[in-house]
Amino acid sequence: MATKNYAGVNVTVTEEGYLTDASQWNKDIATEIAREEGIELTPKHFEVLEYLRAQHAKGVTLTIRSVGNSGITDVKGLYILFPAGPLKKSSRIAGIPKPTSCV
Amino acid sequence: MTINKIEHPVKKVAIIVAKGSIEDVYAGLVMANGAVMEGIECKLFFTFFGLDAITKKRQDNLKTGTVGNPAMRMPGGLPFPTLLGILPGVEAGVSYMMKSQMAALDIPPVSEFLEMIVDGGGEVYACKLAFDMFKLKREDLWDQVKDVITVGKFYELAAGEGSQIIFT
Repeated sequence: MATKNYAGVNVTVTEEGYLTDASQWNKDIATEIAREEGIELTPKHFEVLEYLRAQHAKGVTLTIRSVGNSGITDVKGLYILFPAGPLKKSSRIAGIPKPTSCV
Repeated sequence: MTINKIEHPVKKVAIIVAKGSIEDVYAGLVMANGAVMEGIECKLFFTFFGLDAITKKRQDNLKTGTVGNPAMRMPGGLPFPTLLGILPGVEAGVSYMMKSQMAALDIPPVSEFLEMIVDGGGEVYACKLAFDMFKLKREDLWDQVKDVITVGKFYELAAGEGSQIIFT
């Protein structure tokens, strides 16, 4: 556990940099975490992030496939939006826990 | 990940799938998909009966063997008698169950799973020796198979620092 400051807000994060409390998240925080991952967020990114957050709030285990079938983007698109580790990176930027699924 | 740095990360995996039963093929596909999900470069090499997984007519119709598998259990957990496995329809029933259990975990059919791997940047190859031996034609293979290659070429593709070869 550590505290980090993103966009002027102190948030608690895990050792791997995932927010421990999804409710602390806002778009400015997302933008700064994304920069750490080398990603500049576009409206499309935010659509994915909102989807992930909504699914997480419902208690759904997220998979690449479920995001690919969300209607927002397909699997290929997800890899383009969040290269080299799409589910982990998008989850981290969305302020939700590290994904636990193997698919 | 930016915060946790692993000293010698796996950068590339070359996965060999040599068997054609549901569990053997999926073991390779889960490893491959897991790799691309982590941003690890991935080459999949299908040989011998594993070629069924990239043969259009067969890939979504794989079976689990019901004889000679001592780890096989009945739904309640009791041992699965090998003699039961020889009865007509049992293999189909068990295979159907395997697939439905995997579908419940959001694991897609073989062709879709392969597509996810390719969409993530993975590459799929067929072994030339087995391809010739089974008298297959290029059009028999799944459309996104990148090439039919020799073992030598496979090792070339697998080369590199932080690269691992996995035989499933």
